Parts: sequence; C-alpha cells; structure tokens
Amino acid sequence: MSALAILGGQVVAGGTVAPGGVLVRDGLIAGVGTFAVPDDAETIDAGGKLIAPGIIDVGVFAIDPAAFSAGGITRAVLMPDQSQPLDAVALIQHAVTAGKPDVWVHPLAAATQGLKGTDLAEIGLMARAGACGTATGRGWIADSGVMQRLLSYAGALGLVTISHAEDAGLAGSAVATNGEAATRMGLPAAPAEAEALAVARDLLLVEVTGAPLHFRQLTTARALDLVRDAKRRGLPVTCGITPAHLLLSDVAMGDFRTFTRLSPPLRSEDDRQACLRALADGTIDILCSGHDPRGPEAKRLPFVDAEPGMAGAETLLSLGLGLVRDGTIAMPRLFDLLSAAPAKRFGLPGGAIAVGAEADLILIDPEAPWRISSEKMVAQAGNTPFDGLPVQGRINHLIKGGVRL
Amino acid sequence: MPAAPPSSEETFGALLFPHRHLLGIAGLGPHEILFLLDEAEQWIALNRGAAKHDNRLAGLTQINAFFENSTRTLLSFEIAGKRLGMDVVNMHAATSSVKKGETLIDTAITLNAMRPDVIVIRHEASGAVQLIADKVDCPVLNAGDGRHEHPTQALLDALTIRRRKGRVAGLTIAICGDVLHSRVARSNILALGTLGADVRVVGPPTLLPPQVERMGVTAFTDFDAGLEGADVVMMLRLQRERMAGGFVPSEREYHALYGLTPERLARAAPDALVMHPGPMNRGIEIASSVADDLNRSAIPEQVEMGVAMRMACLDVLTRARRGVAGW
Repeated sequence: MSALAILGGQVVAGGTVAPGGVLVRDGLIAGVGTFAVPDDAETIDAGGKLIAPGIIDVGVFAIDPAAFSAGGITRAVLMPDQSQPLDAVALIQHAVTAGKPDVWVHPLAAATQGLKGTDLAEIGLMARAGACGTATGRGWIADSGVMQRLLSYAGALGLVTISHAEDAGLAGSAVATNGEAATRMGLPAAPAEAEALAVARDLLLVEVTGAPLHFRQLTTARALDLVRDAKRRGLPVTCGITPAHLLLSDVAMGDFRTFTRLSPPLRSEDDRQACLRALADGTIDILCSGHDPRGPEAKRLPFVDAEPGMAGAETLLSLGLGLVRDGTIAMPRLFDLLSAAPAKRFGLPGGAIAVGAEADLILIDPEAPWRISSEKMVAQAGNTPFDGLPVQGRINHLIKGGVRL
Repeated sequence: MPAAPPSSEETFGALLFPHRHLLGIAGLGPHEILFLLDEAEQWIALNRGAAKHDNRLAGLTQINAFFENSTRTLLSFEIAGKRLGMDVVNMHAATSSVKKGETLIDTAITLNAMRPDVIVIRHEASGAVQLIADKVDCPVLNAGDGRHEHPTQALLDALTIRRRKGRVAGLTIAICGDVLHSRVARSNILALGTLGADVRVVGPPTLLPPQVERMGVTAFTDFDAGLEGADVVMMLRLQRERMAGGFVPSEREYHALYGLTPERLARAAPDALVMHPGPMNRGIEIASSVADDLNRSAIPEQVEMGVAMRMACLDVLTRARRGVAGW
C-alpha cells in the first residue's frame, strides 16, 4: 500500500494544535508534524485547515453511514436497542460488519436478555464476538440486585457498563422535566432529580463492585456533582453528554416540537449551565451525538405519543466547534471528548493522532458556514432539534484506516 | 379637509382579533379576550329569545372532531353552530382506533379534504390540536387538548364572572382541586390572570403542577387558607382514575380535605360565586347543597354562557372566510 501525506494543516495532537501534517502508511500513522515526504506518497494539501482524529461516537441507535461520514465519525459504538435487542452472539457478529468499510461499528452487548432488566445476557460470549462493552439500553435497570450482578460480572470480564440514568419510578411516563415549560404545555413531567437518584444508586454499586461504569448522558447539576465527587474519590466512572443538553433547555419544546422530545428530556436553564461547567472542568468525559434517526411515523405525533431521540451524527462536530468558539472548551479538549476519551474508555483503535495509531483522520474547515436543515440532512431521518440553526465547520476529507472515503 | 376616519369596526375589524385559530388563551392579549366576551353578549340575548336563530353563518360547514369522549362540550359547540345557521357534523373518533401513527395527521388531511369552514377539535394529548391545525386550511377551535388548554371554557368562565361580578380585574379567584391534570385550570389561569384577577390555585400537593407559581398564581395546599376571602371559587372535576394513580388516597379523604361544603364556603367572601366546569362529582369535590344553592352557584349559567361564547368564537373566526368588511 502506498503512503498518503497530508500537508500544510493544523494538526490536533498531543494536547495541542500545531502547524504541520500527517504521514500515513499501511493504514497507520507514520509521521506527525514535519516529516520527509516519500516519493511514492499521494499528497493532500490541507490548506491550513484542521487535521483531527476521526470521531468515535459512543451510543448511537442506528447504523447510518451517510450521516456518520458527513459528521466525521469513523467509528460508532452501537447501542443494543435495535429492532431485535443485541443480546445474542450472532446479532453482535452481524452488527460488527454492518458499517464497513465506511464506518466501523462497535456494538454494545445488551446487559440483560431482551433488555428487560431482569436476566443477564451472554455478555462474555458477546464480548468475544466483538462487543466493546455492555449497556442497559434506553432504560435504567430498576432492580438493584440485577444491576450489582451486572456490574461485577461485566467488570470481571474487563467490560465497561453503560447505564441510562433515570429512576424509573420517578420518571414514570414523563416526557419532560418538571418546570414552567412543562406546566404551561400540560406535559407529564418528572423531577430532574430522577437522574441524580439513579446516578447515586449506580455509584454506590460501583463502590461495592469496583467495576467501571459509564453514564451515556448526564444532564443535571445534581448528577454531575455526584460524578465529580466520585471521580475525586477515584471511582472508575465516566459520563457523556450530547450537544442538545448543552445548547438547549426545556423552553425549546415550545409549540410541541417533537424533535425536542429526547430521553432524558431537556432540562432547565440552570441545569444546562451546569452541564457547560461540567464540560469545561472535565467532569464530562465524552461528547456524543445520541444519533437516533426517527421518521415522521415516530415524530409527527402529539408530543406525548412521539418517540424520543434526535438525528445528531452530522451536527455533532459543528456544534462541538461552536463550544470551542464560545470559549467553553479549547480545541484539543474537543477532540479529547469526541475521539481520544471514547477510544481509551472502550479500548478502541484510533482516537488520537500519534505515530503507530490507526489512521482514522478528518480534515475539517472549522470556519465553513452552513445552516442545519431538517430537510437537507443525509441521515436516515432529519429529526434535529437544531433545525434552522446557523453553524460553522465542515468535513473536507475523511480518511478511514488510511483510505480516503 | 381630511376625510372622516372610517369606523374602526369596519376597517380594522381583523386587528381586534388577528388570529386564524383559537388554540389557547396563551398568546391572547387582554383586549382580544375582552373583544370575544363583548361579542358573546349579543348571543346571550338571542339564546334567551323565542327564535334562537341567526343565519349569518348559513352555508358554512362545521366539523366537530372529538377524539375524546365528551357530551356537554360537543353539544354546546353543536348548538352554537346550528344557531348560527351552519351545517354541523360530528365525528366521534374512538380513541383506540385513532391514537397512534400517522392516523391523526391522516384524519386531519381527510377532514380538510371535505372542505369544512371551521373544525372544532378535542383530543386527549396536549398539543394535538395544534398539530392538526397546522395541516388544515380552515380555522380550528381547540375544544380541549390533554392537560394543555380549553380556551372556550376559560372564556365562558370569564364571561360568567364578568356578568355576575361586573368585572374580572381585581377579583380574588380560587381554582381548586386537580389542577395538575386540568386544561380548564391552565386556560383559566391564563385568561383570568390576563384580565387582572388575583388567581390562586388550591389542591393537594400531588395534584398541583410543578412551578405553577411561574404562571402568575399563588399556590395553596390548605383548602381553608386558599378559600379565605375569595370572590370566586372555581371547583375542578376530580377524575376517578386519579385514585388508582396514587395521587390521592381515597374519595372519602379527598372530600374531607378538599371538598367544597357550606362550612368551607363560609371562609370565602360573603357573596362568593361558586363555579364548576362539569360534570360534577357530587359528594366528592363539591357538596350538593353548595352546587344547588341558586344564590351562590353559577354552574347552570356557565353552561348557558358556553353556547353564547362558542357562537361568538365561531362567528369571529369565520369572518375572514365570509368576507365580512374589515376582516
């Protein structure tokens, strides 16, 4: 295989952004910064734009290669909540190959059979078949005994468990967070503390078992305080968030826009501000898209009947770059949240630009302006809560395993 | 010499109520609410006469699409439409068959294709009426959507209060009972608050919406304290299924703590008006002796005002289609 030299860019590597290029050979990164360009190398002029590691999106609900490519996502960690829950070896094997060659799918094993929250699934066998972790799915495991056994069992296998943090009893059939917006709209709502209550229990079980736990999304001040404190005490816990909970509060539900029906639901402005602080101070480890494309049959319904979820893959990077522009986080930190931390947490290749690493790279024009439009999205469905929002940042090139896509 | 200014009613009619639909009280200004109340007055007189008919809406078609069971609201809208000369058609959609999927939108498109001139909709889901309104070409009247709004009920309540008390502004009005699940309460909080009343909500803490104070009301969980000095006591219906949901322990306890009895009513102002949107659970949220006290209860009058108020809404919303001058 010949070499590929990307020259004249701004390379996001080693915690800095520095002028230079990246040399790729045999699917791996062979040089970073300045290097002698081999005679046989194909070259790409980055034109002074960003050269960054491909995004590893933790916790998507659909395999959507077009949306992933548009969003600079080279690896997707797939939730087990499929039409048939990923609770068997064959389903995992199928999922592993489903996105290649454009995107590599790393499935999560359903923690319990049928995601019912009662009996453990064969997570050991599924891990051998390629599952990179295990997840409780869209729901919380209400039975503390089951959760404890899951954590200790998965932990012993070296697997990270991903939990959805919403106390089922408090959340009930709520579609919104307690507050003025839900009250005015007459929507069933639950207290924001439903999240912290779930997190508190799960953290105690992490103490009991010593097993690693990742909260796919945390969205409230109280829950993030608990995780901040747990990290201080050295517990093996991490958490993620999507741009929606960083950029929107519950007032965005106005006019019953079902694209803003999310799980967990949008929170108060105070909680949103707390999420931004937690992103800045390092409490939040991973920024993910929560990609969950839903067509009109799931969304063109009354708010309470609509399915939760948003198509987030192709807007993740641009919204993340907006956080850099706002001064919430620095550029190297953005790619830590999008790429390095997910790779490290789930033991995946790629995630960083370093000699010897898998050459999953994206070339980004961080200033290129565009407007998010539900109708123009390449995803399987256009259910974005950011419809109409002007953003900046486009993918110029996407290189997966050293191959230009 | 400048020409005399045109009469405001003729030229600027549409500015008095510049809304295509009536989906809720939210978004209406005090002058718009008062305009609708004023419009209803003429229909009260007509309805009390022998010949209860006016032909100004003759030839128009009104569809009452009720996705949730209703007797009195449906009847009220039907009578209102007929008294104005409209052809009124009722569609009872069993909630089980038209609940999920595209069917709601499809139903809206189907109704629209029949070229109605006004559609009156009730649906069990908050926001569902707006969803349909976005898909049709004619004015839509919300006859109740989930827990969200029931604007004509709030308007008829305001009309009833204004006729009995001479005003709404400055009155202390206690809305009592299951506020959490009540669209009547939400619309009334907005309407009465907009008109300048001092609105209280009173109920068990499990049946008060979170942060309801942000809607400009004072919340009470002690019924007696909430009634103190009130000029109007508006009781809400307690849905029987709330017992199963664990919101209150029993009907007996609810009546003991939150039922309106003559003794309780004595805490309100001496001339306090008692209201209820119906249907009443006698012996639960309201004692029969209170409900039937002609000096205090405005409950039958609310029903009467309902027809007049809905006639006014139907008339105003169809003016643009009928080419009424200024609209």
